[in-house]
Amino acid sequence: MKTWLNVGRVNLSLSGHAEVSQGHVEGLLESITSALDADIVGSHIQGSELWVRVKRDAWCDTAKWLKNDAGFTFFNFLSAIDWMQSPFGRDMDSQVDKATRVTTETSQVGNLDNHDNLDSDVALDTGVTAGDTRFQMLARLNNLQTHSSVFVKADVPDDDLTVRSWVDVYPGANWHEREVWEMFGIDFDGHPQLKHLYLPSEFEGHPLRKDYPLLARRIKPWPGIVDVELMPESVTA
Amino acid sequence: MRPTIPKRTRSGSVATRHRSTQRDKSTQLSYIASQAADARVNLEIETEGMTLNIGPQHPATHGTLRIVARLDGEQVVSADPVMGYMHRGYEKLAEVRTYPQVTTLINRIDWLGSFANEVPFILAAERLMEVEAPPRAQWIRTILFELSRIANVTLFLGDMAVQVGAITPVFFAFRDREYVLNQIEAVTGGRFHPNFDRIGGIKDDLPAGWIAQTRQAMIKIRDFCDQISELVEGNEIFQARTRGVGVIPAEVGLSYGLSGANIRASGVDWDVRRDSSCQLVYDQVEWRVWTHPDGDSFARFWVRLQETREATLIVEQLLDGIPSGPIMAKVPRIIKVPAGEAFVETENPLGVMGYYIVSKGDLVPFRVKIRSASFSNMSITPWLLKGVYVPDIITILGSLYFILGDIDR
Repeated sequence: MKTWLNVGRVNLSLSGHAEVSQGHVEGLLESITSALDADIVGSHIQGSELWVRVKRDAWCDTAKWLKNDAGFTFFNFLSAIDWMQSPFGRDMDSQVDKATRVTTETSQVGNLDNHDNLDSDVALDTGVTAGDTRFQMLARLNNLQTHSSVFVKADVPDDDLTVRSWVDVYPGANWHEREVWEMFGIDFDGHPQLKHLYLPSEFEGHPLRKDYPLLARRIKPWPGIVDVELMPESVTA
Repeated sequence: MRPTIPKRTRSGSVATRHRSTQRDKSTQLSYIASQAADARVNLEIETEGMTLNIGPQHPATHGTLRIVARLDGEQVVSADPVMGYMHRGYEKLAEVRTYPQVTTLINRIDWLGSFANEVPFILAAERLMEVEAPPRAQWIRTILFELSRIANVTLFLGDMAVQVGAITPVFFAFRDREYVLNQIEAVTGGRFHPNFDRIGGIKDDLPAGWIAQTRQAMIKIRDFCDQISELVEGNEIFQARTRGVGVIPAEVGLSYGLSGANIRASGVDWDVRRDSSCQLVYDQVEWRVWTHPDGDSFARFWVRLQETREATLIVEQLLDGIPSGPIMAKVPRIIKVPAGEAFVETENPLGVMGYYIVSKGDLVPFRVKIRSASFSNMSITPWLLKGVYVPDIITILGSLYFILGDIDR
């Protein structure tokens, strides 16, 4: 109830045109490595962005450190990724799509044929900072003084889909975590009110998981798989 | 003892308010203290609570949003927004669509400034493909980006007055927004859903005579801003209803992820257009970022009003210097984005919007996370609406300015 009383902490000194420098991000990487040494799994720098992958247990501590010690006050977003290949394959594929695949095979990155594979031992093909498990947490924070930003990632073990909630650190994480909870089925330890955000409360399943079928694509072929329309004369011929 | 509320100044002094932060901080604090005193009085007198259901249909919601408010007398004890009435699942749908097809979907996120939704997605895809749009395309992109900001915020400026009971300004807003929409339509063919941005450039070049017409439209928009200043900004009733109402301290706003004009109205000098290295040509024009120290509903209105003026100036400067040349870079006919992940954010009319794209070198993105501005802007409402009076709910919601398509995605 005492919401208005927090206002004594209004900070009006946030200003300035600080240049984003590569050196600053590298300095940040050094300091985060010294602060959370054992918990950092991997990192890489992309422009003025720092991508760090931390252990699941350090998920919340990383946020606390970044907010309190590194000045990352702006909570940008929090989400998750399901790295599993879709078990349905790309069943929306029409023959046209297969033909395109053959013609462009030489320029193809990765192996598309594995998409139809239902085996669970298909190697997870993960992104730049990679992941070892199926689900990965992802969050982005901004530092408005230095205009740098950091991506935090954490692998969530398959047998225990729980991470510590960020609500105590960033209250804005509340809705984002509710969304992740209903869309991916990841639990948040310490979240005040995990209830459905978008979906009706009796909804079953987690729609953004890769093994959740998209019905519209199951019953209808993929329209416009190649973004080229045939000319009328070639259709009639 | 109740602290005295300082005399509210008329609009004449508002333009200089953002300079003297120290005085305004104390002004702000005393507003807050008076609010807190009101809240305490109500706590002492135990009254029976009731639940007020606002929505799902309400003019202030720009879509369908329901707010369940627990009331204690005239004051809100807790407010719980319920959304999902318009949830369309774009993140899932984008996983089965090619990159050019995704832009038709994301047009519908913030439907008042549609073109601005496409830009960060296209920029993220371009970053993954390591393609850069030619200068002319970037300039036209930036112009259309600003035009969609004007079209979007213009409606807010009229709409904000409706929230406090003034009907006239919204007619002016609808009338003058049309000038901008006509210009957008002349280039893209669509008033609301242009679907004009392409990976590597834009779809078409500008039509003949467009630049001169756009200059005219910008003058009309500035006239509209002056009209709104006279009608609304300096209006005593409007000020009484918005000054000191719904105050968001900067730190609280930041930790909730508030962005755009909402956070700049809390005194945070941060604008992605200026502070990020995204591929739009804002570094080619002279413009300033407007902030206001108060953080209340009036400040949010005021910042948006100034930003609309500033946007017209940006457009005019850009129109002066559109370079010649091609409008599309060389991209393959069938777009396959190389494997990798990228995030690009831009300063959209409603706030910071970004797309996080994971690609596996396929025709379709593997995962698209849409960071939409209104979602974060709205997430502060349970905190913000605590302790306010019932009529102020609508003022605060109006001043936060969200669009349900941007929340429900």
